[in-house]
Amino acid sequence: MRHTSRKLAYLGLCTAVALILAYVEVLLPPLYSAVPGIKLGLSNIAIIFVLYRYGVRHAAVVSFVRIAVVSILFGNPMTFAYSAAGAALSLLVMAILRRMDVLSTVGVSVAGGVFHNVGQILMAMWLLGTAELGYYLIVLAITGTVSGIFVGLCGGMAVKRIPMRNI
Amino acid sequence: MNRPNHAASDGRRRRNDWIFILSLLLVVSLAGLALFFLRGVGDTVIVTVDGVIYGTYPLDRDITVEIRTGDEEQNRNVLVIREGKARVEEATCPDGICAAHKPISREGESIVCLPHRVVITVHAENGDQEPDIIA
Ligand SMILES: [Zn+2]
Repeated sequence: MRHTSRKLAYLGLCTAVALILAYVEVLLPPLYSAVPGIKLGLSNIAIIFVLYRYGVRHAAVVSFVRIAVVSILFGNPMTFAYSAAGAALSLLVMAILRRMDVLSTVGVSVAGGVFHNVGQILMAMWLLGTAELGYYLIVLAITGTVSGIFVGLCGGMAVKRIPMRNI
Repeated sequence: MNRPNHAASDGRRRRNDWIFILSLLLVVSLAGLALFFLRGVGDTVIVTVDGVIYGTYPLDRDITVEIRTGDEEQNRNVLVIREGKARVEEATCPDGICAAHKPISREGESIVCLPHRVVITVHAENGDQEPDIIA
């Protein structure tokens, strides 16, 4: 029982960290605004940490709460649809790759970043009724790879350095 | 917990990371190059709102269009076509991403305003971009 509430507290903490990272990202958009959807995906650091430490189901919960809160605070229902599609596909791919255990957090995070964009674009194609978004996917795949490397390095460090008994 | 083969498998994963990332970038660059070279310059700009065509404008005629959307027509995107390129000059959307987008002129390029659900896409209506000798 004590163990469960402890875990719950830690998951809440991880969610808070994910939200702070998302907020930090909201504060620095001008650099990345040429194409919609270009993001560092900093909050994915927290998602990767939860995925590696607690598993895919807990990561899904943290990810969902993060998106819901960020959409309420900074976005609109449309933002929620894009983010949810991106995050769901991203987490699915990361969970599969993690289970296969052939890549480090860097490779997993890159795949997660790229598929986050794929999910968002598919959702945009569906919601906007257009198939002409191929160019975006190319640009977003490259930026997603670069930011995914950074996020994966941070996530890997968090998994390695935050000791098991603490969290 | 220290597994004896920890370092070795870490190294293998890191090597796989590089193989994965480099092949990903290669595939994406090839796809990008293919898109860029297979598709020529377009001649028509099509504006859709919620997937419904709002207007069609030729790229070779300079024009300024005010795209008004939303329940009370409160959303505004100003489309400007000049010198064969289309761009959004100003917009009332919260993110301003569409207005920051570079001018578009190649077939398939698009500017998207997610908050207003506006998509501006370049098409090649008259088929080939080669000069039509017969006509
Ligand atoms: Zn806009």
